[in-house]
Amino acid sequence: MTLRDGLICFNGLLQRELLRFVQQRSRFFSALVRPLLWLVVFASGFRAALGIAIIEPYQTYITYEVYIVPGLCAMIILFNGMQSSLSMVYDREMGSMRVLLVSPLPRPFLLMAKLMSTSLISLLQVYGFLLIAWFWGVEAPLWGYLTALPAFLLVAMMLSAIGLFISARIKQLENFAGVMNFVIFPMFFLSSALYPLWKMREASEWLYWICAWNPFSHGVELIRFALYQQGNSEALIIVALVTVVASVLAVRGFQPQQGMGKR
Amino acid sequence: MKPLRFTLNLLAISVISSALLSSAATAETAYISNEKDDTLSIIDLDTLEVTETIDVGERPRGIIFSHDRTKLYICASDSDTVQVMDLSDHSIIAQLPSGEDPEQFALHPDDRRLYIANEDDALVTVVDVQTQEVLAQIDVGVEPEGMAISPDGKWALSTSETTNMVHWIDTETNQLVDNTLVDQRPRHVEFNKEGSIVWASSEIGGTVSIIDVASRKIQHKLSFKIRGIHPDKIQPVGIKLTDDGKYAFVALGPANHIALVDAKTYEVLDYLLVGRRVWHMDFNADQSRLLTTNGISGDISVIDIEDMKVIKSIKVGRYPWGVRIKP
Repeated sequence: MTLRDGLICFNGLLQRELLRFVQQRSRFFSALVRPLLWLVVFASGFRAALGIAIIEPYQTYITYEVYIVPGLCAMIILFNGMQSSLSMVYDREMGSMRVLLVSPLPRPFLLMAKLMSTSLISLLQVYGFLLIAWFWGVEAPLWGYLTALPAFLLVAMMLSAIGLFISARIKQLENFAGVMNFVIFPMFFLSSALYPLWKMREASEWLYWICAWNPFSHGVELIRFALYQQGNSEALIIVALVTVVASVLAVRGFQPQQGMGKR
Repeated sequence: MKPLRFTLNLLAISVISSALLSSAATAETAYISNEKDDTLSIIDLDTLEVTETIDVGERPRGIIFSHDRTKLYICASDSDTVQVMDLSDHSIIAQLPSGEDPEQFALHPDDRRLYIANEDDALVTVVDVQTQEVLAQIDVGVEPEGMAISPDGKWALSTSETTNMVHWIDTETNQLVDNTLVDQRPRHVEFNKEGSIVWASSEIGGTVSIIDVASRKIQHKLSFKIRGIHPDKIQPVGIKLTDDGKYAFVALGPANHIALVDAKTYEVLDYLLVGRRVWHMDFNADQSRLLTTNGISGDISVIDIEDMKVIKSIKVGRYPWGVRIKP
């Protein structure tokens, strides 16, 4: 495989995803409705409920809406990642993935290119959400929107890879409802997306530890810090590590000699 | 070779030290009185960090500079005195006879007469800061707190928290001339730069009365409403007006917000979230920054006036009360 072949392949995949994105405008809006409901309904009701303490990366007191926005960005990425990963497994049996996988390019490259292109599409939705949040009064520093971009992308890769791994391995989760109940909801709720970890610790110690070990928490924190133009090396290392491990496992799950092809 | 190196070193040292000195000279400094710690916190406004904490008298509340900003007057409420601090070395050089429980005070434009509200005695005490003598004691309403002096020096205003009045004292005769009834528990009064209008906050009433100085009548009343915060928690205390006459800032106490008000139309433009139980504020010299003291959360918040955003909150001592910024 030369670089040129790789680029042609990636370009093709990305264009296909873009085309799908443009043609299914309803999908774009439905992906925005979910976090916006959280922001407008849920966060508004809890404005005063979140105990006041200044936590990094914030320099001063913030409203709950401001706190929740990075978590909701991660939620968009989570839903998208899981949805597209699940469809990849499904497609493998009967759809476009079947065509894709006959390509002479290495399979890991194909899968990663596919994950990358769906991740890039997620970014469009994330920025769409951030724009609406901005009009709602949640403003991050202007440069923060740019510095958050690599964080969004890395978190999107991590979540897609986890999704691909899980959906390829666990037969029972083939429908989206299963993934929703057993993967997306626990991942989202048991994280720092809705409440800071110190608040979880006030509720219970074991809950705190589950949240602290949840890779999604680190994804949310990476986004939160990047959005405020700060680095969080701990979150970065964990997210990068989980991305690599999950990708390797996901690719292995897709090899013909093992994984779900065998079942 | 050696003398050259020595000269270079000397040059480097002098360059560095002059740079340090000049930055020390230009940096603005904020003084914050910590009511529960009996201390003052000093904040460098360039780095926005606490650089020093100084022990002062018991329960320091109101603080004010002398006009040349070489001295700081401190109401040490539980020591029943006003302390005078020399700002060059932060030593206490005098204790003024303030009467009991001084809380807020105001310095006359003559830089000598200090008008002090004695909360427990229903008095306003006038002290000459040079001779350190009490010039007069004026009976006012119960629990006087807010104090302000008109820019032309003609009026000294005091607010009494229980009588719910703004008292007008003629500074020439030191006699109480008139009273203006306002809403419950007036805490603070502030003149505009021209001295034509006075803003008075009512803590329990939840309003700010805007009083015409010529007629001494209320010409407008402001009230506040913040999404998600119970009206009982909206308790206006401190008021600050920009010199250009554009904006007024009202500290809303346990509502944890500062109201930004258009000083011409009296329309509330925005509410800025700060720390818990915000009471008093001060501008820096060019009015690009506003500092607020947040008593319960024990910190101060820094507001950028151009962006109208809270940019940072800085931990100080327990129950910060007064704040003054020295250029």
